[in-house]
Amino acid sequence: MDSNKKTAPPKQNGKKRLVPTQLVSPPTGPQGPYKLPKNQHFSDHRRFGFSNIMLVLVIVFLFAPLIVVIFYSFNESKGMRWTGVSLKWYVQLFMESEALWKAFTNSFIIAISSSIVATVLGSLASIGIKWYKFKSRTYIQIASFLPMVLPEVIIGISMLIFFTAVKIPLGMFTIFVAHTTFNIPFVFLLVSARLDEFDFSIIEAARDLGATERQTLFKVVIPSIMPAIVSSMLMSVTMSLEDFVITFFVSGPGSTTLPLYVYSMIRYGVSPVINSLSLVLILGIMILALSLKRFLKTIAASS
Amino acid sequence: MKGFDVTVKDVSRAYGSFKALDDVSVEIRKGEFFSLLGPSGCGKTTLLRIIAGFDSPDVGTVLLDGKNILPLPPDKRQVNTVFQNYALFPHLSVFDNVAFPLRLKKIPVAKLQAKVREYLHLVQLDDHVDKKPSMLSGGQKQRVAIARALINEPSVLLLDEPLSALDAKLRQNLLVELDHLHDQIGITFIYVTHDQSEALSVSDRIAVMNQGKVLQIGTPYEIYESPATDFVARFIGETNLFPATVLSCAPFEEEYLVSLDIPDLGKSILVTDYDPLEVGQRVSFTIRPEKIKITGDEPRRVGKDINLFKGIVEEPIYSGFQSKYYVSLENQTVLKVIQQHNNYMDEGPDIDWKDQVYVSWSAEDGYIVEVIDT
Repeated sequence: MDSNKKTAPPKQNGKKRLVPTQLVSPPTGPQGPYKLPKNQHFSDHRRFGFSNIMLVLVIVFLFAPLIVVIFYSFNESKGMRWTGVSLKWYVQLFMESEALWKAFTNSFIIAISSSIVATVLGSLASIGIKWYKFKSRTYIQIASFLPMVLPEVIIGISMLIFFTAVKIPLGMFTIFVAHTTFNIPFVFLLVSARLDEFDFSIIEAARDLGATERQTLFKVVIPSIMPAIVSSMLMSVTMSLEDFVITFFVSGPGSTTLPLYVYSMIRYGVSPVINSLSLVLILGIMILALSLKRFLKTIAASS
Repeated sequence: MKGFDVTVKDVSRAYGSFKALDDVSVEIRKGEFFSLLGPSGCGKTTLLRIIAGFDSPDVGTVLLDGKNILPLPPDKRQVNTVFQNYALFPHLSVFDNVAFPLRLKKIPVAKLQAKVREYLHLVQLDDHVDKKPSMLSGGQKQRVAIARALINEPSVLLLDEPLSALDAKLRQNLLVELDHLHDQIGITFIYVTHDQSEALSVSDRIAVMNQGKVLQIGTPYEIYESPATDFVARFIGETNLFPATVLSCAPFEEEYLVSLDIPDLGKSILVTDYDPLEVGQRVSFTIRPEKIKITGDEPRRVGKDINLFKGIVEEPIYSGFQSKYYVSLENQTVLKVIQQHNNYMDEGPDIDWKDQVYVSWSAEDGYIVEVIDT
């Protein structure tokens, strides 16, 4: 047996009581809050480093055209030559552009109605496809993405052919149907993405706690995917507002939307009224986006 | 005792060719803390989901207080579940989560508030009433889930591995709290777990399951000390298990003294058994590590029913309250031995790596497990 192994402590009359190991003495000197070392790998401290230059270039590329438009909306003359500051195009926009505001109202009505219908249908579709297991599930899923990947021209033409074949007069209603159709896949996609990370045991929990299937849907499932529903509806509104190609095919007399109207204005020569309209729209959308961002944040925080 | 008894009769459930439950029958008594214990995939969760109503058996019945509950949907059964991943409603506060079942029943506001506060107090969450589930720790989330499941005053509470997502220390504390809750409320608890120490520490009775079958039902003591099959012996606690053949069997003080030939140990050993065995019968022999004594010097032989082996310590594992030794016998078979350190002054890790030691156990401490032909 190893001799040095069992020498200490002596075993005859019980062992010696162990002495606690001496602790390392605490550090002395000035103590401040611990600072994380600066990350040397990814931060570019040079003023004219690559990333800063790229940032400026991208911002200029994105916003320069907008700034030009805003700038010329205050121009006195009609051409590209700067002659002096004037608000006359704004006066014309608000006082003498009835057709424009009619188109704006049309766009607005269609955007709101089609996005509401698309959100309801798309959300229910994705909940249904996640919730129930049935044979044609995958086919429906694939088919629902078709309007998203098909070129808009094809959708527009096919809708035009369809509406004329079933003799539905082109107008507000057909635009509404078309916009609802191309909005549903986006709603479906967004809500499905949210449902993918949805913990389905909370459905079982709700049923377990005494909720019927309907109560589970309205009190548990829909409230917990509300952020996705709201954001998909907002996306539908913007897509509907800006759509030109499909609307172009399915619109009829008296149902001109804003994009169609602006396009027709440009055909008869560029009017600075469009510039002033741009600023009004930019401001309106910015205010909307900022307030909605705050709203969405509170929803997101609550879930 | 409050609560209902649950009777599971001849239940089978298959998913395709996989038999999740194979002719399972269990009787759970009123007010019992009953555990379903087994490795993952043994069917314990399937059985729980069948009792809760999320799954239905291919054949068999489930009786709650003598009434068949299989035709009822989950919301009509007097059974509530605590889920493994908490399953809290993310959009509701702690209060609203717990109030959810009461709101469905349209209980008046004043009564509802009082009751929710009572149950939140029961699980010690008085300070977190208005928080959202995402702001809670794992242990707090599970408390909310427990309060929410109990507020409906179910007759049976089902717990599906409720502690498996928590760290070890918290798990111990919550387990004790669960046991207290069970004592306070007195309803039937059915607890699903794969952790044998959890099941042993709180259950009144345990059903050990494997591959869709119930292998043994009994108190923790019965399951640990007299396992019905070699699987139960290996799954519950640690053990040394060897195949053996009966050499002789003679009556010995109300029992039978059996001599076993164990090729792995290199010689025959003695063990007592309650039932007579036939000579030549193939059995399994099991001895728990803590029942083996380990000494540096050869022990004085007391009686002839002591089994003694000589070996070398291959691996000593000191863990504070005990030491575990892997002792290699002369024919290279490794025995697990556990020594408790009960007393500071005269015990301690005085056995070292590569020491020569003697391991011994009494015939009464070994146990014969019948081999089930499969």
